[in-house]
Amino acid sequence: MKDQADGYVTADGRQIGPVVMEMKNITLRFGGVEAIKDISLDIREGEIRAIIGPNGAGKSSMLNVISGFYVPQDGEVWYKGARRAPMKPFQVAQQGIARTFQNIALFEGMSVLDNVMTGRLTHMETGLFWQSLWKGKAEREETANREVAEKIIDFLEIQAIRKTPVSRLSYGLKKRVELARALAAEPSILLLDEPMAGMNVEEKEDMSRFILDVNDEFGTTIVLIEHDMGVVMDLSDRVVVMDYGKKIGDGTPHDVRNNQDVIDAYLGVAHDD
Amino acid sequence: MLYRESGDFSSSYAEDSQTFPIKFDRYRYYFVLFIAIAVIPFMINDYWVNSLFLPFLIYAIAAIGLNILVGYCGQVSLGTGGFMAVGAYACYKLMTSFPDVSMLVHVLLSGLVTAAVGVLFGLPSLRIKGFYLAVATLAAQFFLVWLFNRVPWFYNYSASGQISAPERTFLGINITGANTQAWATYLFCLMFVIFSAYVARNLTRGSVGRKWMAIRDMDIAAEIIGVNPLRAKLTAFAVSSFFIGISGALFFAIYLGAVEVGEVFGIQKSFLVLFMIIIGGLGSIFGSFAGAAFLVLLPVVLKIVGVDWLGWPTDIVAHLQLVIVGGLIIVFLIAEPHGLAQLWRVAKEKLRLWPFPH
Repeated sequence: MKDQADGYVTADGRQIGPVVMEMKNITLRFGGVEAIKDISLDIREGEIRAIIGPNGAGKSSMLNVISGFYVPQDGEVWYKGARRAPMKPFQVAQQGIARTFQNIALFEGMSVLDNVMTGRLTHMETGLFWQSLWKGKAEREETANREVAEKIIDFLEIQAIRKTPVSRLSYGLKKRVELARALAAEPSILLLDEPMAGMNVEEKEDMSRFILDVNDEFGTTIVLIEHDMGVVMDLSDRVVVMDYGKKIGDGTPHDVRNNQDVIDAYLGVAHDD
Repeated sequence: MLYRESGDFSSSYAEDSQTFPIKFDRYRYYFVLFIAIAVIPFMINDYWVNSLFLPFLIYAIAAIGLNILVGYCGQVSLGTGGFMAVGAYACYKLMTSFPDVSMLVHVLLSGLVTAAVGVLFGLPSLRIKGFYLAVATLAAQFFLVWLFNRVPWFYNYSASGQISAPERTFLGINITGANTQAWATYLFCLMFVIFSAYVARNLTRGSVGRKWMAIRDMDIAAEIIGVNPLRAKLTAFAVSSFFIGISGALFFAIYLGAVEVGEVFGIQKSFLVLFMIIIGGLGSIFGSFAGAAFLVLLPVVLKIVGVDWLGWPTDIVAHLQLVIVGGLIIVFLIAEPHGLAQLWRVAKEKLRLWPFPH
């Protein structure tokens, strides 16, 4: 059933579409170090795809390849049925791929609202001249995009801190604002790099709920890296397991949990001397 | 109680994003504008215009320009003097080549020429940041001054190597040369100040401004969310140089009338404008005005207090000015990096709650 090219319906009734992004035989080297070794994986429309693995397994590198920040030495990236030529990160963003960062990368000098509005930049195209006049085209565009941004702000329940400078916020709220900024771009694929790192249980629950809601309401495809196994197994539809730059498992949470290689990687294995 | 926003409710996003969302601010702004346009021109004489109003207005334009580049986009520039010189010489060449065209056109075109030169010298900003970029713009400063000194075409082969503004008009009124009226030069400059502040404010509150600030705060994250760093930085250089070029043209044509480039547009000018935005407030239009007003007023006030009241020798007062400015720079950099504008903002916050701060 899961092999069907045009998608399937999950147990909880969500429609998973066809493959939207496919990584074929990706190899990424930094000098002599091979961070990613010949990995292939696909991402289906509407699914929550997790990448897990021990420290240094190459998970973040993989995310950076998807977001165009690193260009792999070997392998191909296929996006929406076409091979993606190596491009700059801002061009990848314009194609509809948004991300959050492991250590928050918000614009500290700006308010929450302005940060979320920067997520709309790929949708705003009024030229310098009209913007300098403001009245008319620029104001209309600003208002239209503000409405979208406000919907996201409403959705993530950060209305009260709209005008607060980001530098004054707590860690958990900053993570949420960063998610809001990524969502404001209305991405077709959303990459989350450890969205729950450093959070307490309640914040983790909140964040999990937001991730599920985003997926459910906007139908956004989500790729996430996370260390908390409980969260990963609960949230994701399919899981990729990486270790030392290699893919050692790929499948539903249930499959992965019972995969012997994965158990060895996480729990360690006795070596013969 | 003195200053409050109760009763002010925004019912649309457009209302919420206006420049002065609080009614009190809005009326004060209209009031200042009214005084500047309708009252001051009738009260001033040559002394006030030349010692106070013209330098304030012209430096305010330059400070707005530099603030866009340094305060909003985070690209440090020490080339302000050089870019002002480009504006001045562009204006001179235009004035002498097309004597019948209005000064308004000349000044705006000088701005555009400077914008093009600014973009050229902004190209290295894609590769280098911070101190190194400052050094690169410093090179622009020295190169441009050298160019205007050494290539006679720029000063029309005059024997002195200076440029001096011939008599030109705007709407039939003399505004350059020997026979000018105080109110006319004042209003001409004021027009450009209002234009610059309006344009700068509109650009910085919209998507262009957010791109600049995103680059300033974290350039890698900016690129990841879809900002083309090259374009964002170059537009900042272009817009910034446009305003600086206008201020250079006005400084030469309206204020001084005759210019020797090394003396007027040297490295000191670059630092003076940089000090204005540091003291006034980086990333704030109001700060540009505050900084310009402060550094223009300071020598005048010191002269009145020191020389006229206390009878000190002039050179001591002049040196005292350097000491005070230097001290203030250090104080502001350590205690309040956002300058006078931030002090003003804090004061407003306090006033909103006064007299019940808890």
